[in-house]
Amino acid sequence: MNIVVDLNRCQAYAQCAFLAPEVFELHGEEALLYVPAVPEDQQERVHRAAVACPVQAILVGGAAGADVR
Amino acid sequence: MSGELRDGRIVVVGASLAGLRAAETLRDEGFEGSLTLVGDEPHPPYDRPPLSKQVLLGRVPATGTGLPARRPVDAQWKLGVAATGVDGIGKRVFLANGEEVPYDRLLIATGTRARPWPNPAEAALDGVFALRTSDDAAGLAERLDAGPRRVLVIGAGFTGSEIASACRERDIPVTVVERGPAPLVGALGGTLAAVAAEMHRRHGVDLRCGVQVTSLEGDGRLTGARLSDGSTVEADVAVVALGAVRNTEWLAESGLAAGPRGVTCDAGCRAFNMYGIVTDDVFVAGDVARFPHPLFGYQLIALEHWGNAVAQAEVAAHNMVSAGPFRRPHLAVPTFWSSQFGHNIKSVGVPTYSDQVVVAQGSLREARLVVVYGYKGRITAAVSVNRAKWLDYYQNLIETAAPFPPEPGAADRTAPMIPLPSDVPDPAVLSHGPTVALTGHLPDRRLTLVRPGG
Amino acid sequence: MAADTLFRRITDYASRPDPYPLYAELRESKVAPQDDGSYLVGTYHEITALLHDPRISSDRRHRSDPEEARLAAELAPSFIGLDDPEHDRLRRTTMRPFGPPHTPGRVDAMHGEIVRIADELVAGLRGRQRVDIVDDFAYPLPVTVICRLLGVPREDEPKFRGWSDAIVGGLDLNPDQDPTERTQAATEARRAMGVYLGGLAEGRRGKPSDDLLSAFVNDQDPAGGLNRIELMVTSVLLLVAGHETTVNLITNGMLTLLRRPDQLELLRREPALMPRAVEELLRFEPPVQMLPQRTPLVDVEVAGVTVPKGAPLILVLASGSRDPRRFRDPDRFDPRRTDNQHLGFGSGVHSCFGAPLARLEAQIALTALLRTLDGLRLVDDPPPYRRSPVLRGPRHLLVEHDGAGV
Ligand SMILES: Cc1cc2nc3c(=O)[nH]c(=O)nc-3n(C[C@H](O)[C@H](O)[C@H](O)COP(=O)(O)OP(=O)(O)OC[C@H]3O[C@@H](n4cnc5c(N)ncnc54)[C@H](O)[C@@H]3O)c2cc1C
Ligand code: HEM
Ligand code: SF4
Repeated sequence: MNIVVDLNRCQAYAQCAFLAPEVFELHGEEALLYVPAVPEDQQERVHRAAVACPVQAILVGGAAGADVR
Repeated sequence: MSGELRDGRIVVVGASLAGLRAAETLRDEGFEGSLTLVGDEPHPPYDRPPLSKQVLLGRVPATGTGLPARRPVDAQWKLGVAATGVDGIGKRVFLANGEEVPYDRLLIATGTRARPWPNPAEAALDGVFALRTSDDAAGLAERLDAGPRRVLVIGAGFTGSEIASACRERDIPVTVVERGPAPLVGALGGTLAAVAAEMHRRHGVDLRCGVQVTSLEGDGRLTGARLSDGSTVEADVAVVALGAVRNTEWLAESGLAAGPRGVTCDAGCRAFNMYGIVTDDVFVAGDVARFPHPLFGYQLIALEHWGNAVAQAEVAAHNMVSAGPFRRPHLAVPTFWSSQFGHNIKSVGVPTYSDQVVVAQGSLREARLVVVYGYKGRITAAVSVNRAKWLDYYQNLIETAAPFPPEPGAADRTAPMIPLPSDVPDPAVLSHGPTVALTGHLPDRRLTLVRPGG
Repeated sequence: MAADTLFRRITDYASRPDPYPLYAELRESKVAPQDDGSYLVGTYHEITALLHDPRISSDRRHRSDPEEARLAAELAPSFIGLDDPEHDRLRRTTMRPFGPPHTPGRVDAMHGEIVRIADELVAGLRGRQRVDIVDDFAYPLPVTVICRLLGVPREDEPKFRGWSDAIVGGLDLNPDQDPTERTQAATEARRAMGVYLGGLAEGRRGKPSDDLLSAFVNDQDPAGGLNRIELMVTSVLLLVAGHETTVNLITNGMLTLLRRPDQLELLRREPALMPRAVEELLRFEPPVQMLPQRTPLVDVEVAGVTVPKGAPLILVLASGSRDPRRFRDPDRFDPRRTDNQHLGFGSGVHSCFGAPLARLEAQIALTALLRTLDGLRLVDDPPPYRRSPVLRGPRHLLVEHDGAGV
């Protein structure tokens, strides 16, 4: 599972950083850092975070190009 | 979508952000034909912004920024092989391995690469880096992990500033050399550049503006650099952050309007040929595109921004499978962000398209503020530093061409709303080149620099 | 003229079970001036624009009605009623012990404890023929959680319940009632609760414990922390906002699902849908129906209407979240809805401080109820509602088991 946050949309509501603190982190008051390749044990939390993001900025999906041969 | 457009062969050259999002949109919109993605990097699509942030901070490995898929694309991926040319008449893309890939419609999404250090021998010194790809980031991150004595960052645009910030956070000594008068001045103008310079200094960056690196020194291994003011810097790592070069050389013989400023296209992402005639089967998106924007006087602009790559790819893909009247223009207001020294900088509009600025909210002193840019009495951009939640308001003002300066009344406007010159320098004086290139005629800001009564 | 009486009809207690048709009427005009001088806004795009407009104040002291401004000035506002930069400073200070960047793990770490509290409460419901979802579950759960978080003894609940009722009562908007009286009562209650919470905090000084009241008096904050008054009004805000809203979300959730057995079954089968379902509840039956506090600092034009400086500006969030210009099929409850940027927690700088906690509580609470309770039916539909048109929710929600016991 991979994620990317559209940081143009993100307004630092930090819901993600509360709900999945090992994946999303506020750096200073509102700069968001995150781990793009989500560890197995964090997936449920990340799902919760993505749903909770008030501006729907978190995109969750399988790694792009997984079908690369 | 008409049946004819739903089928056929589409080739996307450049398998990164824009290429991937375009491919997904094509399938979303019902394209059922064959889809080929060509990319010269060996990796599946990954995200670049984390390379200068999470990766250099050591939070994420350089190989760990893969992009998520929005949906399966059912494509043939040709990775690790460059496209070397296009035959627009025979409708074929030539690849470096000798292969030819036929197409009915082509999308060019080859982006940019880091501008190299001009002296190849010096650039080859061990310890000299650029930062554009995950391989670049892997090499640089490894050096930072090893704890260098000092890192020299050449160029104080966004990438250079973010690199300096990551180093300082890891307590690595940093010298930043910028030819212009301050960091970020080329993108944000004088007012915020002063804030940026203060951030560098407060975080212990040895910031040297108005000077240039004239040579990199070393014997196989980098030992330092010589500056135009005669001084020297001792450093075992140097990062060349002099901006980007558009990947258009492979199109030299294509007959398309492709050159150092990008591949020119119309508002619907269709490429122009060298005679200025719009093509109907070649499209462009992302960092490599140069397109007219109605909000900015239909000047041709090129935006090296993540958000533009995504939005433009979606429009290009839509138009590739839509008949004339159903095509859409790419009109999105440009937006970007940068995070450095624990600050979140966000921009809407085009700050360089301006003659004046005001601090509309917050204060320069606290480095929490919103700055609004105007051009000839109209709001053209706004930039927030740690004030992202207000930016929507200004985006709306830009979209509705609201008068500049913005109406007063903000609760947290502490400074009086006095417009200042926006002080966007000519790109020629910068180390790093502009990340937004207004490649038409520049607005003549000199007119307002001389204002009676100040 | 309908617009003149619309606000009265919305606040009328008889409208409480179903205000949504009135909101549809409200949306016919983007801005609806009322005969009492206030302005109602019920369309999504206008509400979000106003929530991000720096000229719109949350501080009632900017109201032009002198009586209102005087009442608002009697007791220092908490940060929900202040503007930046003061609001920003206090909110960041209060956030320090609660969330990122300084305490990122607090809410996540409460997960297990909330599950335990919910399970205990649910266990108490087993075997009973008739249950009140409010009194037996939806109220005690968030009260227990917020007490733990703040460090307020759970046994003191009877003490603060009266104050809390009066504070919420202050938000009643019936234009036919004397606002002075109810505001005064609310102010008294805030003062009393503030003294109580301030006292609890003082008792922790030098004796740190793992709760917010302790953190407020013991932690070092380079920005200076909260002074005595700030500590009192902030603690009151957290205690009240922390439970008076969440109770309604849980109750509205059960009510909505009991009315739709197919959706209830769906969520029972697929608990992974619960986070989305809670977002949909926040859109469909939001506990905070409107924000009555806003005031323009200058004349502001909204959709062609000038809202004058100092006028009460009421943003009807629940109406915006059902605006057909923003949401497809807005009157349908769809727990799978993906495009759901609802206004349940507001938006902009004042957007809910406790939202992640409220989300977790509601997800856990509803999951526990669905897992345990089977074959229930509503005793009264609609149920009796609480008075407030702002914090709207059932006063009781009686459910019965078809068979021998729950
Ligand atoms: C370190 C870094 C930090 C950044 N931070 C931010 C930020 O904070 N905010 C922001 O808005 N933007 C940021 N950006 C910019 C953002 O990443 C770009 O705008 C985005 O990557 C553009 O996507 P693209 O697909 O158009 O181009 P690219 O990502 O450049 O992709 C083009 C691809 O095409 C390949 N290619 C080139 N020529 C050929 C050829 N002939 N044949 C085959 N393949 C070819 C390239 O190797 C590359 O893989 C950052 C960029 C970098 C490098
Ligand atoms: C379902 C439950 C909840 C709902 C629907 C809700 C809703 C809201 C809304 C709409 C606002 C915006 C007010 C405005 O803009 O004027 C708000 C603010 C606030 N909420 Fe909540 N809330 C809930 C739970 C909580 C909890 C659990 C807490 C505390 C732990 C809390 C604390 C606050 C505070 C302190 C503010 C003020 C924020 C500010 O002004 O910056 N809320 N809430
Ligand atoms: S929840 Fe969404 S808006 Fe908030 S910080 Fe995370 S990504 Fe940004």
